[in-house]
Order: sequence, then C-alpha cells, then structure tokens
Amino acid sequence: MRGKTAIKISAGLAATALLVTACGGGGDDESGASNAVVSIEVAEPQYLLPSNTNETSGSQVLAALFTPLVDYDVDNKPVEVAAESITTTDNVTWTIKLKDGYTFHNGEKVVADSYINAWNYGAYGPNGQNNSYFWEKIEGWADMQSEDPDGEEGPQKAPEPKAKTLTGLAKVDELTFTVKLAAAFSEFKTMLGYTAFYPLPAAAFASEGVVKEDFQEAIIGNGPFKMKGTWQHDSQIEVEQYAEYPGEKPKVQGVIFKIYQALPAAYADLAADNLDVLKQIPTENISSAEADLGDRFKKSPASTFQFVAFPTYQQEFSKPEVRRAISQAINRDEIITSVFKGSQTAARSFVSPVVAGYREDTCGQYCAFDAAKAKSEYDAAGGPKQITITYNGDGGHKDWVDATCNQLKTNLGIECTGVAEPKFADLLTKLDDKQPIGMFRMGWVMDYPSMENYLGPIYTTDGSSNYYGYSNKQFDALYKEGVSAATPEEAIAKYQAAEDLLVQDMPVIPLRFGQNNFGHSTKVKNVEMDLFNRVNLIKIEAA
Amino acid sequence: MLRYIIRRLLQGVLTFFGATFVVYALMFANQNDPLQALAGERPITDNVRQALTERYHLDEPFIIQYGYYMQGIFQGDFGTSLTGREITVLLDQAWPNTFRLAVMAVVFAALIGIVAGVVAGIRRAGIFDHTTLIITLVLISIPIVVLAPLMQLFFGVELRWFPATAGANPTFYALMLPAMVLGAGSLATYSRLTRTSVVENLRADYVRTAKAKGLTRNRVIGVHVLRNSLIPVITYIGVDLGGLMAGAIVTEGVFNIPGVGSQLFRGITTEDGPLVVGFVSILVIIFILANLIVDLLYAVLDPRIRYE
Repeated sequence: MRGKTAIKISAGLAATALLVTACGGGGDDESGASNAVVSIEVAEPQYLLPSNTNETSGSQVLAALFTPLVDYDVDNKPVEVAAESITTTDNVTWTIKLKDGYTFHNGEKVVADSYINAWNYGAYGPNGQNNSYFWEKIEGWADMQSEDPDGEEGPQKAPEPKAKTLTGLAKVDELTFTVKLAAAFSEFKTMLGYTAFYPLPAAAFASEGVVKEDFQEAIIGNGPFKMKGTWQHDSQIEVEQYAEYPGEKPKVQGVIFKIYQALPAAYADLAADNLDVLKQIPTENISSAEADLGDRFKKSPASTFQFVAFPTYQQEFSKPEVRRAISQAINRDEIITSVFKGSQTAARSFVSPVVAGYREDTCGQYCAFDAAKAKSEYDAAGGPKQITITYNGDGGHKDWVDATCNQLKTNLGIECTGVAEPKFADLLTKLDDKQPIGMFRMGWVMDYPSMENYLGPIYTTDGSSNYYGYSNKQFDALYKEGVSAATPEEAIAKYQAAEDLLVQDMPVIPLRFGQNNFGHSTKVKNVEMDLFNRVNLIKIEAA
Repeated sequence: MLRYIIRRLLQGVLTFFGATFVVYALMFANQNDPLQALAGERPITDNVRQALTERYHLDEPFIIQYGYYMQGIFQGDFGTSLTGREITVLLDQAWPNTFRLAVMAVVFAALIGIVAGVVAGIRRAGIFDHTTLIITLVLISIPIVVLAPLMQLFFGVELRWFPATAGANPTFYALMLPAMVLGAGSLATYSRLTRTSVVENLRADYVRTAKAKGLTRNRVIGVHVLRNSLIPVITYIGVDLGGLMAGAIVTEGVFNIPGVGSQLFRGITTEDGPLVVGFVSILVIIFILANLIVDLLYAVLDPRIRYE
C-alpha cells in the first residue's frame, strides 16, 4: 500500500519534471509539487451563492471559485485584483473598471453586467439573501425592500417592492460600470472585497433576476479554481485549477474541502496526517496542539471581538463610573489563560487589531486590572450590589462568564451570577423587549476590514447591533464625519476620535479578540489564514 | 400467523402517526425562532426572515403546519429542511451509513458477546468467566463519549491500524473501528445476558433429561441449552438495533460519519422541524419492524409460542 503510493508520487514527479523541461523551463524552480491536491477542513456550508453565503465555510469554498474586485494587503488596505481601477472624486459615485481577460469557468467573459446582475439579485428583498444589507449604501436599495403590512405573524403577504434593480448601478461600457451611493462613504472600496460582491455569469440566471435553483450545486465563478463535479453534501467539495485564469496562479493543482460534522474528528484526521489544513483547532485540543503538531500549530489575528454590554437604559448601569469600575475589576489575562488556554487575546480597544486604524490599548487604565481602585471607584459611584451576566447557553460561554463573575465577586465584593438563556435568539428577544436582564455578552465578526464596520453597527445610536441603548451625539457625529471623509486616512482620524469617546462612556467592556488557531499536516507548507478565517489558496503549497 | 403480522403492521401505522404528531408538536413547542437558530449568533436580517417565513409557513399555527407536512408525506414528499435541501435526499444519504454502522455493530457484538457468554456460562466460576466479567464490567462502565475518542486516538491516530475518521462514503474497513466502539456497550450486555441464561438453563429439568438420555454434550448445549438461552438475548438485540441507530450520534460525530445521528443533532440544534420529524418517522418504522421480527423469531425459538 505504502510502496504503491510512493511509486505513484514519484511517477507524478517525473511527469511534471518532463512537462517543465518540455516547456523550456519556465524559469521558476518549483519542486514539481504543482500537481498536488490539498485537503482543507470545512463544515457543511449553508449556501454556496455569493449573495447568500455569510459563514466562514461557505466563504472559504467561494474564495477558491471567485476572484474579488479587491483583496487586502499586509496593512489591511484594499488592493485591486479583478478590478483594474476603482476611482471616485466625491466618495458618492464610484467608477469600477474591470481587468480584461477574466472569464468564468464556462468560458463566458466577465463583464460589467456580471456584477450588475449579481448585485441586483442579491439586493432584491424578496429573494431573501443573507447578504442583502451589503447593498444598503447603494442608491435605490430601499425601493427593493418591502415590509409585511401586519408583521410577520399576520396573514397578509408583503407587497412586491417598488423596484427590482438598484438605480445606483450603471453600465458605462463592457468593462466599466459606476456605482452611485445614497450618501458619501469613503471606504466603499474596502467593502468590495467581501464575498457578497462577487460577479455571477449569465448562466446562473434562469430568467432575468432569477438565479437557477441548482446553480449553487455546481457553481461557476471567475476565480483561480473551478468546481470539479458537484457539491457533495456532507461529504466534500472538490475544486481544480482553472487553466484560463489570468491572475496569479495557485501553487497547488486542486483543493478538496472535506466536510466535517465536528471539529474534534477533523483534529484526529490532522494528527493522523489524513487532513492537510484544520482552520480551527478545537478548544479542548489547544493545550495539546503544541505537542501534537509542533511548529505546524499556527496562530494569527482574527476579526472576532467579544465583549460584555451594559443595558445603559437601566438605572443601575447608567453611570459611566460604574461601568468603568466593573471593567477594571476584570482580570482579562487570567481568564484567557485558565479558560481559553491562550486561544484568544485580551482586548483593550474597541475595534479589532485586524483593521487599519487600530491602536493598541486605547482603553488605557480602564481596562487595566486594578482590584483596589476598581472597588473604591465602584463604591464611590454607588454601583449595584447584585449583578447578573446573561449569555446564550448554546455558545459555550458558561465557563468564562462564571469566571468573570467570580472575579467581580472577589474584587468588588458584590453578588454576581451568570444566567443562561437557552439560545441566542432568546437573548435577542429579551433585549428587543428591553427586559431587565442585567449585563449580557455579545460578540462581533466584521464583514469588511474597516473601523467603520465596528463603530457603526455596535456603537452608533441606530446601529444594527446596538442592543444596549448606547447613544452619544458627539460619537454619532464623529462617526458620520468619518464615513463621509474625503480620504480613508481622514476617515480613520475621525474614527479614532470617536473611539476615544467610547473609553469615557464605556457602553461595553472589551474582553477578548479572536485568534485563528490553525494547524496543518506535514504534506503542506506556506499555510496562511486571512482576516476572514480563510486559508490563502494562492500561497499554500505542497511540502 | 399472517393475520398476526397484518394486525401488528396496522398497529404500526397508528404508532407512526402518533409518534410523528408528538414529535412535530414537541419541535413546534420548543422552537421560538428557528430562523434565528439557523443564523447562529448573527442577527438575522428582515428580508431573509420575511422570505423564509413565507416559504416554510412559519407564520401559520401548528396544526396547519402539521397539515402541510402530512399532505406532503402522502404525496411522497417529506418537505425541505430550513437550509433548502430535500429531506428525502438527506434521508437517502444518511440512512445507509447509519444502517451499515448499526448492523456491523450488532453483528460484532452478537458474535463475540454470545460466544463469550456461552463459554463463560458453561465454565462458570472459572478463569474465563471471571475475566469476561471484569472486561464486560469495564466496557459497560465506560461511556461512549469517552470510549470513542480514546479508541480513535489509540488505533486511528497513534497506531494507525484504522483510518481516524470514516467520512461520507466509508469502506467496510473504515467502519470497523466505529462499529466496534458502538457495539462495545451492547457486547457486554449480550454476553452477560447469555451467560446468566445459559447458567440457568444448564440446571433446567429438560437439560437433565437430555443428559440422562445419553445425548452428547455438544448436542445438549448446542440445541437444548442454547436455543432456550437465546430468547432473552434476541429480544434485547431487537430493541438494541433501534437504539443503536438512534444512539449513533456520538460515534458518528467522533468518526465524522454523516448519518442519522449527525443530521438529527443538527436538526435539533437548528430547530429544523421538517428535518427532525422526517428522520424520527423513519426511526419509528425501524423500531416497529425490528420488534415485529423479534416477536416472530420467538416462535422459531420456542415451539410453545404460536401466533393467531
């Protein structure tokens, strides 16, 4: 068995060597590993359609099949990939010029309409696409949505929206189109790297504005890899290099995305060298990963941000002094070592380190652990004698919530209990009804690497995830100025000024930033993870 | 005999409807927001909520949702899961894997368990009896959540005798380790049941008579003792087969076999009503059939039992 494989591999090597010589030596001295196929762990994707995929497994697969308009450089700033140029003079109208030569895997040329049609489909409310809100900033989005007149429980159906297409999208010529935003947004270019903004070929549509139902089973993209066969549900998704791809070629011939039901099984396969890349080492194996994998166990920053929020509308938490004292009473590092075994990092800022403009330790003294000071300030501000921290029981949060509560008990001399709601949905329902549930846990995963994507949804008065009723007019104003600033640099300056206000108000306590804890087999090298918890498929190569 | 079978099958139909109704009602009572459960810890957007609510009749009361479901079943349509996949396709994929796994586990457990039980019973209080007693005690007392990863680590990762995980289209060889793990608990029970039963029957009057008639030892044990001793064991195996199917959740998770257990688990955590009911319906059918077969086997083993 083993001998046979060895023979196969050496035969493969010889063949590649011959090919390379036949080509006259392309100049690069690859070890002939380019015909390698690597395997990467994913969970069963929910959907495989750019406008509907918002979880990491699906985006990982789509990242192989599609090339985005922009990607991000080492400083997390956008650089053009499928786009030739993305320009604007006023931050309202953006002209996107596409590179010539890109084709879909069925041979169709990638043109401006490939983007316009795909985006119109995604933005149209009744299509129920998970990423619909990404087009919110584009002119005409609101007319494509409709509201159920009697709420979702009522018998009436929602009427058809006024428009079926985004008025802000206009084709200029075959390879150029313009995007008109509803309001100036300096970082629109940054958004374009997200999964939602991939194009779709004409073959995807059954009729105008309707994507074929089984399109996602054998999806056709414009990326370096094309799908081999169809999506084998619960089993695997196989992709291979697309020969006509004009961009940077990957170093492996193909990728098998192996679908796992549970991470520990994937870890066992990794340890047995049956799996090449495991994107997330399960927490229970973190402490042994170093010993099992050696230097094949890797870490890199991720965008997740975990925090505890205050219901600022509740009397006892309305004073910033109380909130700051609670923050000072928490020893973040201790919890990370004891509960998370070092698999996350302590957060002392209000945006994640993966965005341009992040500054370390903006929270300063208020996030530095100081039990004595915390107690005296807490008592002086008249903080509540009893507090609860509510969390969702389905997310594995019990351990750290209990640990946090224990610290508060010891350091502040108060009663603290962790209260579990069965599911995240229950927690959200109670928050929507403004029920007095005390402090509660929340988390955030960014959609695109920008400070705006943290500051807007989590902290502005009408932010989509501001469940804690935090409202600071000055903050909102600075945020707005940042959004409409002339350049990304100016925007960052405004955002940073806004972040400084958060330090004083402390509507949430930053606790931890996520970290990609990944591992790979002995058969691959140059394994890198990007900001979206995806393996960089261009860089990975066979060892 | 035929009348008996028909009567049992008719009872089965009633059980089937009763069970699906109860499961559907329980799923409905337990779900407050299946769409949010599907989205995990991400707040769900309004347009998605609206589109999916209409597609899956989530705005209708329970009895109408159940009506839609039953209407579908009579047309051979088990509906679609909340992720838009057809339940029949999911069933098609999941059942063969779980069925193979459970049958392999039962065969493995029955072969070793019954043989060990018979030998231990005949040589009561000998070394073999004591050893099996200790081994079976250990096997019964280790829960499968501990045993499965342990076996995987030892035989799959360290020694590499078996593949560490089986995957979606497992070979017979890849299923061997998970089947042994799944069968381990049953094996212990089978052998203990057989042993007790053999010991009891060895002292029975008819065995004494058979011995007195001058029958060979092999015939006494093989025909008279074993045949009667197997009745309680067969009963247990019948119940156990159904139980193993449902109980494969842990084994399937550890060895990454996309079967009934993992689908059910996913369905329950995402409050996916159609998915759970679809799988439970089939489970109910298997339980009914397995028990019917067991009852019929009684008649074969014990000539005194006759069905009218």
